[in-house]
Formats: sequence, C-alpha cells, structure tokens
Amino acid sequence: MIAFDASQKRPEFIKVRIRRQDGPGEKPYWELHQITYEPELNVISVLQRIASQATNSDGKKVAPVTWDCGCLEEVCGSCTMQINGRVRQSCSALVDRLLEDNEDELVLEPMSKFPVIRDLMVDRQRLFRALERVKAWVPVDSYYNLGPGERQLRDTQEQNYPLSQCMSCGCCVDACPQYKKIELKKEAGETDEAFEARKEAAYDESFVGPHAISQAMLFNNHPTGKALAGERLEALTGPGGIQACGNAQNCVAVCPKEIPLTTSIGRAGRAATMYKIKKFFDK
Amino acid sequence: MPEQRVIVVGGGLAGLASAMKLSELGVKVDLFSLTPVKRSHSVCAQGGINSCNDQTRQLGDDEWKHFDDTVYGGDFLNHQPPVKEMAFWAPKIIELMDRLGVPFNRTGEGFIDRRRFGGTLYKRTAFAGATTGQQLLYALDEQVRRQEAAGNIRKFEFWDFLGPIQDETGRCRGIVAQDMVSMEIKSFAADAVVVGTGGCGLVYGRSTMSVFCTGSAASRCFQAGAKYANGEFIQVHPTAIPGSDKLRLMSESARGEGGRVWVPRKPHDARMPKDIPAGERYYFLEERYPEYGNLVPRDIATREIFDICVNDGLSIDEERMSVYLDLTHIPKAELDRKLGGILEIYEKFQGVDPRIEPMRIFPAVHYSMGGLWADYQKSADGGLEMGAPQNHMTNIEGLYAIGECDYHYHGANRLGANSLLSCIFTGLFTGPSIVAYMANQVSGAGDVTEAMKSAAQKKQQERHDHLLSNNSGGDENPYLIHQELGDIMTRVATVVRRNDQLSEAIGKVDDLHKRSMNVSLADTGNWSNQNVIFAKSLQDMFPIAKCILKGALQRDECRGAHFKPDFQKPSLTAEDPGERRRQAEVWLDEFDKNNEKYLKSTVADWNDGSQSPDLTYEDVDTGSIKPRPRLYGLVGADIIEDVFAERTREEDAPATV
Ligand SMILES: Cc1cc2nc3c(=O)[nH]c(=O)nc-3n(C[C@H](O)[C@H](O)[C@H](O)COP(=O)(O)OP(=O)(O)OC[C@H]3O[C@@H](n4cnc5c(N)ncnc54)[C@H](O)[C@@H]3O)c2cc1C
Ligand code: SF4
Ligand code: SF4
Ligand code: FES
Repeated sequence: MIAFDASQKRPEFIKVRIRRQDGPGEKPYWELHQITYEPELNVISVLQRIASQATNSDGKKVAPVTWDCGCLEEVCGSCTMQINGRVRQSCSALVDRLLEDNEDELVLEPMSKFPVIRDLMVDRQRLFRALERVKAWVPVDSYYNLGPGERQLRDTQEQNYPLSQCMSCGCCVDACPQYKKIELKKEAGETDEAFEARKEAAYDESFVGPHAISQAMLFNNHPTGKALAGERLEALTGPGGIQACGNAQNCVAVCPKEIPLTTSIGRAGRAATMYKIKKFFDK
Repeated sequence: MPEQRVIVVGGGLAGLASAMKLSELGVKVDLFSLTPVKRSHSVCAQGGINSCNDQTRQLGDDEWKHFDDTVYGGDFLNHQPPVKEMAFWAPKIIELMDRLGVPFNRTGEGFIDRRRFGGTLYKRTAFAGATTGQQLLYALDEQVRRQEAAGNIRKFEFWDFLGPIQDETGRCRGIVAQDMVSMEIKSFAADAVVVGTGGCGLVYGRSTMSVFCTGSAASRCFQAGAKYANGEFIQVHPTAIPGSDKLRLMSESARGEGGRVWVPRKPHDARMPKDIPAGERYYFLEERYPEYGNLVPRDIATREIFDICVNDGLSIDEERMSVYLDLTHIPKAELDRKLGGILEIYEKFQGVDPRIEPMRIFPAVHYSMGGLWADYQKSADGGLEMGAPQNHMTNIEGLYAIGECDYHYHGANRLGANSLLSCIFTGLFTGPSIVAYMANQVSGAGDVTEAMKSAAQKKQQERHDHLLSNNSGGDENPYLIHQELGDIMTRVATVVRRNDQLSEAIGKVDDLHKRSMNVSLADTGNWSNQNVIFAKSLQDMFPIAKCILKGALQRDECRGAHFKPDFQKPSLTAEDPGERRRQAEVWLDEFDKNNEKYLKSTVADWNDGSQSPDLTYEDVDTGSIKPRPRLYGLVGADIIEDVFAERTREEDAPATV
C-alpha cells in the first residue's frame, strides 16, 4: 500500500549490479543479478532474494553476496552502502522509489572510505575509534545509586536528543571530501596486537569526522559531560581535528538521521577558537 | 589474588550493563557480540522504561503496585522475588540512566516526563523520543567504551558464541567463539560467563526483532545442558507494520499518546478512512474494555485484533489483514515531539504520513518471556538477596543468564516498557553475585588447561568443517528451511493454539530439523562466510522451536500470551443473581484447580538422544501476591471478583476457635 502511482507500469524483473570483492586488497569486479519484481521491496529484501537463489543473471552458480544488516528499520546503522552512487542505509532504500530514478538497474557498491572486508561489507572500526578520541561519554563517579541527574530544560533536551540519535552508520564520513580512506596491510611477522595498534595510531592522526565532532558537542552540552569539555576540545584542535573540515557540507546532506552536523561543526569551531585563545593566555 | 576475568556474551542492554558494572567492581571483562554492540537489537526499543515516580506516588502508586501490575499482567507466572526486587530498583535505574546522559523527554519544568503504557493505570514510563532503547543502549555503550579506553574491557565484535567450555564437573570455564570475518574458532577461558543474548524472534521467520535474534546462543547453552524455561510464552505484539522482510513494530506508545484502534463497521469498506464517519467506525477495544480502552495488556489487544480480522471478517482489506491505528486527531507538533521516531519509520517504509492517514497494523511476534532457566536466592523481605552467588546462575555452575534470554520476570505476558528495565536491572544486579561466586572458587581462568580448551575448540571446528564440506553431499537450502520453519511456527504457535495443530507441527518441525542437518552451502570458503554462520544458527533454532511447541502442547489452559480456545474459561451465563453467584463459585473452584495444575514454570532439558526436550514443571514463588483471576472483559467479572474477595477475606481472617 505504498502510495506510488499505481498506473505506472512495473518491470517484470529487476536487474541488480553489484560491485564485489572477495577479500581485503583483492581486485573488485562487477556482477549482474536478476530477481523477479515484487512491490514493496527494499534493498535488503533484494539481497535476501539474491542470497536464496545463489546464481547470477546468467544462471551461473556464484558465492553469495556478503553484506551487513541488523534492525531493518534504520536505527542500528549496520546496512550502509552506496546505492545508485549515493551512500545510504539499504534497509530503508525502497526499490519502487529507486526504480523511479533509474528504471534500468540498481547499482550496489560498498562504502568508499572504509576497507572492504568482502563485497558490501566494510570495516568501520575507525568510526568507533573516533568516539573514543573525543571521549564521547559522561564521566560519572560510579554506577551506584546516587540520586537523579541534574534537571534539564525541555529546550536542552530538544537540542541534545537529535545529536544523540547518531547511529554510527558512517554515511556522513563516506560523503566527506576531507575524510580519506585508510587501509593498512598486515605486515609479515606482525602480531594481531601490533597490527591493531598500528591501525589505531593511523586512525588517531586522521580526520575524526563530522559524527565525532557532533558527539563532542553533545557531551560538552551535558551538565556532567561538560567536565571533559577541555579534553574534547584539545582533541578537536589537534591533528585531524576540526580544522581538517573544509565546510563542504556533504555530510549533513546524507545523514539519514538528519543530524544538524554543520551546526555542530560551527559550534565546535567557535568553541575551539575560544579554547585556543584561552590556552594561549593561560600559558 | 590473580586478575579475574568474566566473559559477557551479548552487548545489548543486559550485556552492557553487566560489563559496565563488573568493571566498576574491578573485574576484567571480555565482551562478545555478533555485531558492534552499539548495533544490538536493544537499539530498536521505542516506547520506554517503567518505574514508579514522584508524580505517580502522589496518585497512590508505589513500587509494590508496579510489582503487582507486572505480576498480574504476567498472569502470575512470574517469579515474585526477582520481580519485586526489580520494581524496587526501577526508580534508581532511571536515575542512573539519567546521570549517564540519556536524553529523556522533559516536562516544562525540567523533570523527566512520563507516559502511560499498557496494563497499568499510572504514567510510569520514561522515554526519550520514540527511540528509548537506542538512547539507553548508547548511554551504556559509551560507558563501556570509557571502560574499554581504561583497559578494563576488551571487545570481540563480529564474533559468534558457539558454546560454553565445561570442565569434568560440568562447571563453566569459558567459551568457544568464532571470528565471523576470519572464521577462526578459538577457546577463551574465564572465571565466569554471562549470557545476555536476547530473544529468538527469528524462529518465527519474520518478527519485530533484528536479524541477530536467532536464539542461537541460548540454544547452544541449552544443548550443552542448561535448562530452558517457559519457552511457549511468546508475546505477539498487537501493532506492527506488515512487511516482506520484517514486521516493523509500531510502539505501544502510539496508543499511550492517545492512538485509537478501529475498523470500518462495514466489512472491507473501500472508502478512505477519513471519509468514514465516526458512527460507522468500530472502536472495538474502547467498546469492549471501557476501563483500559486502547491500553489493554498486549495479549488481549492482540487477540482482539486477530479476532476482529479472522473471526468477524472486519479486516480493512480482505487479502492482507490489518486494522487502523489512528493518530490523526492529535496535533502534529505534539506527535512530532513525542512520537517522531516511530512515525518516521512508518512514513519511510510505507510511504504514507501517519499524521494525516491512519496507519494499518497487524499483530507480530515480538518477545520471548521464556528463556534460560536460572536460579536466585530469596531475601527475608521477599526480594532477592544482594550478592548471593546463585542469583541468575543457570544450572550450569558459573554460567549466568540475564536480559531477554532469562525467564523470571514477565511470566505469561510482559507489560510494555518492563523489558528494558529487566535487562538493565539484571545486568547491574548480578555484578556483585558474580564477584561473590568467583571469590568462592579455588580455581579460575588461569587454571583452565590447554587440553580442556583445545577439546572444546576441536568439537566446534569439526561441526564447522563438516558444514563446509556440505555435509558430505547434502542438498537442502538453509534459507528455504528457515522460511518453512517460520511459516509453521507463525501458524500454530502464536495468537491461537490448538492441540491437533501443535502435535502435527512437532512432527513437521522435527523433519525440518533433520533436513537442516543436511544443508548444502552456496559458500564453502573460509573468509567472512555468512552462509555457514546462518546455517549453524538455523540448526540451533530447532531446539528452541521444539520447546515452544511441546510446552504449548502440554499446557492445556489459557494463560497470558498462551491462548487455547478449547480450554477457555466460560463467561457467566445466568441472569438470576443467585444462580449467577453459584456460577461464580464454580468458576473460582475451577480457577483454583487449574492453578494447582498449571501455575508452574515449564522447564525443559535437552535430550540429545531423542533430539527433543524433556519437560518438567516447577512451582512458581507466589509468596508475596496471591494469584487472582485476570478478568479483563469477561462477562460476570464483577461477581467473580466479589466472591474472590470474600474468599480471600475468609482465608486471611484469624481462625476462630
Ligand atoms: C521493536 C521492539 C521494540 C521494543 N520496545 C520496547 C520498549 O519500548 N520497552 C521495553 O521495555 N522493551 C521493548 N522491547 C523489548 C526489548 O527491546 C528487548 O527485550 C531488549 O532490548 C533485549 O535486550 P537484551 O540485552 O536482552 O538483548 P539484545 O539487545 O537482543 O542483545 C543481544 C546481544 O547478544 C548478542 N548475541 C546474540 N547471539 C549471539 C551469539 N551467538 N554470539 C555472540 N553474541 C550474540 C548480540 O550481538 C547482542 O549484542 C522492544 C522489542 C522490540 C523488538
Ligand atoms: S562539512 Fe566538513 S565534515 Fe562535513 S562533509 Fe564537509 S568537510 Fe566533511
Ligand atoms: S552523523 Fe548521521 S550520517 Fe554520520 S554516522 Fe551519525 S547518523 Fe550516520
Ligand atoms: S539494518 Fe539497521 S540501519 Fe539498516
């Protein structure tokens, strides 16, 4: 009962072109699949159909496509990929809508800024690492029962709640021209731990990304979260911090949660300037 | 003392609360999850979390009433000591989550705002927009990240738990898990293991749950010897949006905020809903349940919607069953502020604005009240003994179960907004118990021998390799088997249950189980192979499915979500007051007799030989609140209540000699 124009003719089949990759560092290749059209499909249900038929459009048996999903209702952030060239959540990408834009085929590609693990699945560890970098948490004393938190005006809640809906999907960073892909290779003889540490060090020097800047602003606006405001600004004024942002505003345009990222970035910029001036005079 | 290490499997609300509390208590934690913990299924919870609060208190509410509503709503199958403890912790848990930064909605004065949920007359439910679960999960995720940064927690994300490691005495000494990217299978030693792995909605094919909710982890513990209890109690949520990949939930908060459920009085009326005048709309919940109206408990709302569509033939569409859930009378700004998140879901997935046009909804499988059996120590005041090692320990020593995959709290039917509470509560409350357990042990993680580890690992490796070899020539498609399983379970083990259908289904599910052992995989590689992971979880759905079916078959009564029309208690039919009273007496005698037989937890042991569960029945602790009939909407309820009250008074009166 999706309110699309019912008179519009629907195709019998849907062609799905998928950019596949068998593993990290392997060469990507395109593969064409075909499924029977049904109304009300989304990209996840298309991938499920493809998984259960296990053949490509020539009827040749191929390994099933790998992808990531969870909630299927655009709240967990798992299922990000590029669909018809635009990064977005695949669970909420309705096929009928996509066919309106491009009736020939659906084109599915992995996100562009993260190392591909396999096919449409990427390694987004760096996104979470950035949250640690900006200390995106409230530094409470303990988890014992110590009474309620501070009272908060409705206005404050209404300012914070939208920022708090960030689901770490990574659409924003994928679209950001300043966020460059980092893909390291494990060296011969390197232990897992050493490799992890090398990756983290590389992540920590690179641009944190708009989602993390926004989280820093969220916690700097919390009565107790504020206690770490200085440390967060320190991180944002360091290498890969706020100055890396070129203000291209791509991020805010693709965020599925419509988080006001550029507002956060603006706030962070002002706070960072104040912080640097203060630091200069405190020397 | 050597460093203590606990493995927590599951990073939903329960697992995260546990990991966070344990690290505060100085224990090192290894946290395992199928997905980055921030993406766990708890993120889907919409409506809110319950506790009595300063405002409801002044209207006569208190912790005891929350306890009472929970137990009454659960048709007395809940274990009362843990429920009591939870209700008394509830206000403190909300305060803690508030301190952790959860952006709960606020009143004009800056207090936490509350809404009303089903099964209570008080506004107990705190909420953060319409994404409360997400906000609670994020607050815990942030604390866990903080503990991780401090070196107290190690995360193992994209790891599949394959089973517990047990020593020769049966005690749990660690786990075997598989890296879902490299496919490496490894043993991990621990002083204690906690599973908080959530529900099992995927046993039904489509449900309101995330794709992670296969129940596989609980099933693996069950097959290793842990008991599984009350499996047959599966909550079917009254209001979900039917979809081909998922049945997306429309939260109870839509009704809590004034949403009204109706159908056109004329079957399959083709007019647009807004063109149907009030007189031609049937607000069936409001008419049938004047006191609770649209907010009757879930099991009842579900049955009524099912009944209106299936038996009364009043579904909006003839083909696809649904009824209207209508919010269009509420101002848009208010809807956006309080329900924005869930209305967006509807709009996004259905392409229709629910602020303008009523939503179409139908019931869907939503929650498992049953789960791994676990113990507890009752305290002198009828709650739980803080720090007692056996709190939430399964019958496998050293293995704990918490969150949706335990079984104590929600009886035969869970009240809305009580699950987030039980998850966080069990995670926090068990911390000191686990620490006490470890303190009593003479050996710990450091003493787990390589032999023990490699034996456990080898067993899992063999299962894996066997599947990759296509079971030496198997030819079954796991996705199709899953579909068949889901269809059968949805048909016979949801809203209405009949013995002939259940018996037949047990045979069919057993056949499917055998076939699932013979699957052929399209992917036989050893890199990020989702096929083989799915195949394993599919095989492990069967023991749970069998518990549900057998438990349902053997329970010849109606209780909460378990509804068998053949064993329904009749309404009173007599008009004459004397006769009506006599009928009420008989009704109550039957009620007592039925409780003697069925007011018991179903407890299953997995029988490896027969590949089916053996069931026994365990008494339920009803020491604090005496079971009373649950009479929503029954004809003659008033007189049954009178007689019940008289009987209770007589019982309680001091014996006169
Ligand atoms: C749509 C929806 C809305 C809801 N709304 C509400 C509400 O408003 N209020 C309320 O009180 N309740 C609500 N509930 C119920 C509530 O959300 C759940 O009961 C609760 O979140 C369960 O939390 P949990 O921590 O037990 O498990 P989950 O959040 O399901 O987490 C399970 C964890 O275990 C891990 N796991 C599972 N299997 C394995 C394995 N084999 N190996 C490794 N890790 C594994 C997963 O990765 C995950 O981290 C809702 C449920 C649904 C479906
Ligand atoms: S505004 Fe900054 S963060 Fe956003 S896309 Fe542009 S450069 Fe990236
Ligand atoms: S800010 Fe938006 S786009 Fe970026 S990670 Fe968060 S939810 Fe995704
Ligand atoms: S599956 Fe969760 S956001 Fe798409």
